[in-house]
Amino acid sequence: MLSKREKEVIAEIWERLTPVAEDIGSDALLRMFASYPGTKTYFSHLDISSGSSHLLLHGKKIVLAIAEGAKDISQLTVTLAPLQTLHAYQLRIDPTNFKLFSHCMLVTLACHMGDDFTPVIHAAMDKFLSAFAAVLAEKYR
Amino acid sequence: MHQGIRAKSGLTPQTRSRSPEHVWMCVLIEAAVMVKWTDKERSLVQAVWEKVDIDVVGPDALARVLIVYPWTERYFGRFGDIFTATAVLQNAGVAAHGRVVLTALDAAVRDMDNIRGTYAALSRLHYEQLQVDPENFALLADCITVAIACKLKSALDPQSQATWKKFLSAVVDAMSSQYN
Repeated sequence: MLSKREKEVIAEIWERLTPVAEDIGSDALLRMFASYPGTKTYFSHLDISSGSSHLLLHGKKIVLAIAEGAKDISQLTVTLAPLQTLHAYQLRIDPTNFKLFSHCMLVTLACHMGDDFTPVIHAAMDKFLSAFAAVLAEKYR
Repeated sequence: MHQGIRAKSGLTPQTRSRSPEHVWMCVLIEAAVMVKWTDKERSLVQAVWEKVDIDVVGPDALARVLIVYPWTERYFGRFGDIFTATAVLQNAGVAAHGRVVLTALDAAVRDMDNIRGTYAALSRLHYEQLQVDPENFALLADCITVAIACKLKSALDPQSQATWKKFLSAVVDAMSSQYN
């Protein structure tokens, strides 16, 4: 459960990250592909090497979607409705992978924010990303 | 090679006094589960670890576990007040224990071919006496990684992170090894 203050902090952070969405997104993806090679199986149609335009574009897409969800966390189910359908019926990514991506996103944020990624912010971010992943998987079955 | 595996398996005087068949089974099991490291992986793990200040990262990592996964509080009643983030961050018991955990990790980094051996007694302790759910070891491992990431920043690149994760997975596995 996210408190009101946590929701505000999360929204602020993602607002600040929007201009560097490409860097944040591609970094998180690269970390996920390196640490969890099985996740690469979903990307055989793209060039996911470091610096590739596919990777930057895809990273940007993901971060902008997360940032959009962060603007009003209480409305996640509404905001993510189209992405829910996409993931359930077309992409069909095993939802365990959302956890793996979330962990790598936390590491990306820690590397980016350094000591500003305090334990309290870490907790709020983990809760937000878990909630985001849960909503994304809602239409799976 | 036979001698090499025996030398690396961490056999104790107690196991040597058992039947040859039992001893050989232990050796085979140890050889099968021993994690293999390339030279590159060894140097990546060392390169990450040498930048870690145990006195800073230890307390930070344990504080993160208690703040991010509050149900872990169940194991630390002896530390007193650990029920708010502020209390956790000021708690001397948490800080001391964080240092203890990373000091054990240092032993594993120094002997990467014997991680199971390094952690066997600790695994038994956490199972038999402390009764800790081994799921928690993975939570702590993730928090150690995030704590390190905050300090190392871009020095913890994707490949370093992946290799460090492989190392921590071996530690988590070793910590779970005596649960039966």
